[in-house]
Amino acid sequence: MNLPWNLILFYLFAGVLVLAALGVISVRNSVHAALLLVLTFFTSAALWLLMQAEFLALALVLVYVGAVMVLFLFVVMMLDINTEQLREGYIRYLPVGILVAAVMLAEMLLLIGVKAMAIPAPLDPGGTSNTAWLGNALFSQFLLPFETAAVILTVAVIAAIMLTLRKRSNTRYQNPSAQVAVRARDRIRIVKMESSKMENSTVKEAPTP
Amino acid sequence: MITLAHFIVLGAVLFCISVAGIFVNRKNIIILLMAIELMLLAVNMNFVAFSRYLGDVSGQVFVFFILTVAAAESAIGLAILVVLFRNRATINVGEIDSLKG
Repeated sequence: MNLPWNLILFYLFAGVLVLAALGVISVRNSVHAALLLVLTFFTSAALWLLMQAEFLALALVLVYVGAVMVLFLFVVMMLDINTEQLREGYIRYLPVGILVAAVMLAEMLLLIGVKAMAIPAPLDPGGTSNTAWLGNALFSQFLLPFETAAVILTVAVIAAIMLTLRKRSNTRYQNPSAQVAVRARDRIRIVKMESSKMENSTVKEAPTP
Repeated sequence: MITLAHFIVLGAVLFCISVAGIFVNRKNIIILLMAIELMLLAVNMNFVAFSRYLGDVSGQVFVFFILTVAAAESAIGLAILVVLFRNRATINVGEIDSLKG
């Protein structure tokens, strides 16, 4: 008995993916939505593994599940949000949303033409490992876009920091350049003076304990 | 045998779900950002599928760049969201109307 394991796994993951995505847009609690989004990304990483896109699948897990979703959870938990107020209009716009989504899906499926696209996978993608395949293209043909992507990430980091940086008037902080630039004569003053001696000095009485 | 159509249809379904999410959650910016992430994921699914089934590496390189830009977008978007909440004490889209557009 030879089960088509690829197909079974595909339908399993696709079902989980669609259910999790539906959960993201429909649950009441934003934290639950973020956690379901984690499940969505993880499941699609599994689907990409089925397509032998190993590098991108692992990058998706590392970048999205590891960084972006933690950022989302952090912000959701940091902000004090009144959920009930944000849910108003949900029922009112539900029919419109479902209608638009269903029409769009029908149009897309018509355009795709499921029968026409039913081509099987070629056996060997690129003839080498996925990472080497991607890396060869990335560092030869797409070198300039790759460096531009690095610049974009740098800009994003600086922008995020500058947006959320807040100066308070009563904060105490160190100024490292002032600390480094300090000189000894700014801090201590040595005064030359004569040693003095009191007249008719006597032995002082021992202090009483 | 999984064919190209399986993945394309899955991407279309995912995209339509996120469009519906943008329609119904129009008050909550955080859910809107999550729906945008879902849309990008659907597009990425199509790119990876075509790259795999046509044997062309460009699709996967493009997914790489989409991941980069999406990470930058969500970082800046959430930073703007934090600043907005700090100034207005709300993330309700209906109440953010000070530009009077």
